[in-house]
Amino acid sequence: MGKTMSEKILARAAGQTEASAGDILWVNIDAAMLDDVLGPRVVIAEKMQEIRNQVWDKNKVVVISDHYTPPANIAQAEIVKFTREWAVQHNIQNFYEYVGPCHQIMVENGHVLPGTIVVGTDSHTCMGGAFGAFTTGIGSTEMLGVLLTGKTWLRVPETIKVLWKGNLGSGIMAKDLSLKTIQVIGHAGATYKAIEYMGEAIEALPIDERLAITNMAVEMGAKVGLMQADQKVLDYFAAHSDFGKEMLPFGDADAVYCEELEFDASALAPLVACPHQVDNVAEVSQIPQTKIHQAYIGSCTGGRYYDLAAAATILKGKRIHSGIRLLVSPASQEVWMKAAKEGILSILAEAGAIILSPTCGVCVGAHSGILADGEACISATNRNFLGRMGSPKSSIYLGSPMTVAASSITGYITDPRDFL
Amino acid sequence: MEHTIKGRALKYGDNINTDIISPPQYMELSIAEAAKHAMKAIDPNFSSKVCIGDILVAGANFGSGSSRETSPLTLQHLGITAIVARFFARIFYRNAINLGIVAIECPDADRIQDLDVIEIDLAKGEIHNLTSKQTYRCSKLPPHIMELVNTGGLVPYLKEQLGNK
Repeated sequence: MGKTMSEKILARAAGQTEASAGDILWVNIDAAMLDDVLGPRVVIAEKMQEIRNQVWDKNKVVVISDHYTPPANIAQAEIVKFTREWAVQHNIQNFYEYVGPCHQIMVENGHVLPGTIVVGTDSHTCMGGAFGAFTTGIGSTEMLGVLLTGKTWLRVPETIKVLWKGNLGSGIMAKDLSLKTIQVIGHAGATYKAIEYMGEAIEALPIDERLAITNMAVEMGAKVGLMQADQKVLDYFAAHSDFGKEMLPFGDADAVYCEELEFDASALAPLVACPHQVDNVAEVSQIPQTKIHQAYIGSCTGGRYYDLAAAATILKGKRIHSGIRLLVSPASQEVWMKAAKEGILSILAEAGAIILSPTCGVCVGAHSGILADGEACISATNRNFLGRMGSPKSSIYLGSPMTVAASSITGYITDPRDFL
Repeated sequence: MEHTIKGRALKYGDNINTDIISPPQYMELSIAEAAKHAMKAIDPNFSSKVCIGDILVAGANFGSGSSRETSPLTLQHLGITAIVARFFARIFYRNAINLGIVAIECPDADRIQDLDVIEIDLAKGEIHNLTSKQTYRCSKLPPHIMELVNTGGLVPYLKEQLGNK
């Protein structure tokens, strides 16, 4: 009987020849990522001092301050400082700060390799599954256990197969494909499970776009969103890191899935997730006219180079609507510099965008773009929960970077195809 | 740990996510300070009305969203020792267990009313509603998880396994 990607990757990590959905395995961790907001400062630093103040393998630990950078107040600044000092104290060489959301930094710097197990103290760690790695979010206490032992227990998940046929039309992005999948599976429909995305629409996507899909697997409750690593993944490594090993896990053609779904990418229209659940999805053209106050392009979901370039195709030579603000935060310093060099940031700024540093701060309502009572934001991010970006009386709509760009021109949620 | 847990139910609905339980704007505060803002988007009085030993009861998909352990930590700080829900989001469930909070899945959680007094029998997998005189079936914790909860969570377990320093 064939095996899913999860069954293959987790079996290897547990030192077994094979594993099946439902098995509980103790797996060896290949990379453990700690961020600032839920890393050393929560439970970990204090309890390590009580138990054993040494990580199991400093080369497998990555520390990234990204949520509170740049800090908006003294409390945030203290957390960033604490995180840096903890990384220095533990001689963590893989330490990054101020350079952008952790998941993007992980993939750009070769910390997520095909076939490996990666855990991180942030739920969107599942993004790395686009590289054929089993990557998942864990809490701080569980991370404490990983740092001390290099292991954790995982239940081998059942897998939902999501097949996307056809190709995306003009003005449609991976974000729309992602929202459609979430609408059908539901915000809890993949709880405790893995999702494997496949099909010609997925294969045709550049890496930047694939990451926007696996990033949101957790929005269906999934443990990980997986894609098979192909030549595009290898090319990405060749450009970004010194990855040289061939460890590409492929699911078997006769693998057993708990559910199989099929979609047609060519039938997609621009979509938006309305407040306050990510599966509250509708076609942009079908919702009532919705006025916005803020538009946001950025984060580990929607701030990569491809996203900024796509937004620029909409905004080139245009002006954003008066009275609203368009905030742009490139997903990393690397993205920032590439977009600057290619003239993308100038196009966006000339249209009226405010270009921010690479950060998680806007998406999670920590700084740089907090919403007031009664304000609505169209955002290229991953979550529209009540109060996430600021006031509990504000509203968040999720759309593709192109939809966000088009909406910033008109001042209400707008189909980007109107500007193509 | 006792094999029964008795307490007053505080009842909420479906999809109580981590942005509601611990609003991101207050995560930079200490757990004690952040706890004052727990659940405020749906219940501004939550932190003042929780008493030690209360049991949080909710519907489907409790704790969805972030991996933030500040969610179970703030609930625990306020005195919540057990959470009953139709089902939990995965990371929250693991976080609760790791902190020694009893997280129990009960298909009939919706039949429990706010302020009912309930008793969870962990060994039998039953919840007795002492107010309405009903009994509901609930999940039993698997042995490897029961071992963690009995030890008081992952930290005491690690101390036991690894020894002090």
